[in-house]
Amino acid sequence: MMTVSDFMTLLNNDYLALVIERYPITLDFLANYRLSDLATDGLLLDALAGVEDEILEEFGLEPYDLLLNLAVFLRTFSETRSAIGGVTSITINGGINKLKQPENISLTISAGEVISIVGPTGSGKSRLLNDIECLAQRDTPTRRQIMINNQPLDDTQRFEMDGKLVAQLSQNMNFVMDLTVREFLEMHAKCRLSPNVNEVVETCFLCANDLAGETFSDDTKVTQLSGGQSRALMIADTAYMSDSPIVLIDEIENAGIDRRKAIMLLAKREKIIFVSTHDPLLALNADKRIIIKNGGIDRIIETSTEERQSLALIEKLDNQLLKLRNHLRSGDLITKELINL
Amino acid sequence: MKLITIAGPPSSGKTAVILKLIEAFKMPQGSIGVVKFDCLTSFDNLSYEAAQVPVQMGFSGKTCPDHYFVSNIEDAVQWGIESGFKLLITESAGLCNRCSPYINSIASICVIDNLSGVNTPRKIGPMLKFADIVVVTKGDIVSQAEREVFAFNIKQVNLTARIIFINGITGQGTFMLAKHLKNALEIDTIRDMRLRFTTPAAVCSYCTGETRIGEPHQRGMLKKMEFKK
Ligand SMILES: Nc1ncnc2c1ncn2[C@@H]1O[C@H](COP(=O)(O)OP(=O)(O)O)[C@@H](O)[C@H]1O
Ligand SMILES: [Mg+2]
Repeated sequence: MMTVSDFMTLLNNDYLALVIERYPITLDFLANYRLSDLATDGLLLDALAGVEDEILEEFGLEPYDLLLNLAVFLRTFSETRSAIGGVTSITINGGINKLKQPENISLTISAGEVISIVGPTGSGKSRLLNDIECLAQRDTPTRRQIMINNQPLDDTQRFEMDGKLVAQLSQNMNFVMDLTVREFLEMHAKCRLSPNVNEVVETCFLCANDLAGETFSDDTKVTQLSGGQSRALMIADTAYMSDSPIVLIDEIENAGIDRRKAIMLLAKREKIIFVSTHDPLLALNADKRIIIKNGGIDRIIETSTEERQSLALIEKLDNQLLKLRNHLRSGDLITKELINL
Repeated sequence: MKLITIAGPPSSGKTAVILKLIEAFKMPQGSIGVVKFDCLTSFDNLSYEAAQVPVQMGFSGKTCPDHYFVSNIEDAVQWGIESGFKLLITESAGLCNRCSPYINSIASICVIDNLSGVNTPRKIGPMLKFADIVVVTKGDIVSQAEREVFAFNIKQVNLTARIIFINGITGQGTFMLAKHLKNALEIDTIRDMRLRFTTPAAVCSYCTGETRIGEPHQRGMLKKMEFKK
């Protein structure tokens, strides 16, 4: 593990070109200070001597500060993601429902497990997802407690997780960047400091196409993808690029993607998955389902063998509907034969 | 009294965040006051009044908003103390991307909007760089990946800040922000404290009302662009 002073030594001894080659993110740092045109065939400090004082002054910096800032920058971005690695289980300790009755429940979920959350609109499904996201410690209205690896968390630990513990996916989310699919994936891979950008980008792209009903090319603008294609790309991206060990999915029923395959993919990546849903296909595909009533966890049902067996039939029904949708889309007539069950 | 300074580009969601934050503090009505610093006009007082939060508005008008902030912040603190507040929150609109109304040891928050473009964090400057906490709004409507890229770009500019995503409509996330701010410094004055960053040095003829264009009318501190041939 390189320390800040190791990076200082590096900056004081190696040509800037070499530093950039080893730590490409150095280019971002320089661009942030309008120093993209710096000569790289020498030491950073020497190159800075040729820069107008005014530029550094505007940023309130002396050349030496800049060097130190870069060292701290490189150290921060080369840090291993220790805080969130190694999450093997999460436990929900019950609190109270809206009527202040105790939930009397403790549920531990391990990596690779899928849990669905079902209940009427307004019953408290999203609230449960929120409790998980903020790692509630009996200090939210529901008084629930969330434990990680069987341990409660103090405030410092909660802050440390810094929002990196959970990845979220919901119906309301859209892409807003003006980038093509490939540029988008490359940018995300770069932020993750992935060593093999091309490989992970390719994997994500192929996987997203596999999940989406209609295929798309990697030079499509992300903002021009259909709802289903967007959702497919978001899921592939979460599976292969997000570090977050927990994935919260809030209502993606009408997404026009292979939902079952999508959830399976996330589970295979050893994520802990919560799906708030009304969709039988998604709900029965989970290992367990949490029944929410009046803001509280009413019951936990383990998916039975009978339910599992009916999954195939439900999937058939679902495909049938999909087929009808596609027929409508391409302008065909809907006939009785098409609906034969 | 505790003091918290909040800054951010126009329309980034500062007022919504502050209102949700006040709710999350669960303090008795009238124990939190707000001072809003803006340039020409603002309608935020209506939102605060509707929420029964005592508010004072200040408009910098033709003077530099940063200079205006520093010149008035101690008076604002005294107003807060006289009003019996337990907590005073200042809201400033950062307009030139160089505004950074942060004071050493006073809790400083920058609010930016996840829809404003991925590279925006890299362009905002001191207002982002010197904040203790960066609040990101509207993250609930963009993809997880875009939230991560945005957070990464914030981190590039401010390595140590805590980044908190807040949904300004539901208030999701304010709970953690309020927790962070529980330990804000108690003050009875901020006289002799220092700004975290210098304010823009602009004392030119245009600051004092000049409207004519051209070299002969330009006096004082000027910065001229260099046009390469
Ligand atoms: N146990 C609880 N105690 C108090 N309020 C609750 C509880 N559970 C849910 N709520 C509140 O009920 C409202 C509706 O819940 P929500 O999670 O949005 O429902 P859903 O996602 O199932 O449609 C929210 O304002 C939520 O904060
Ligand atoms: Mg909901």
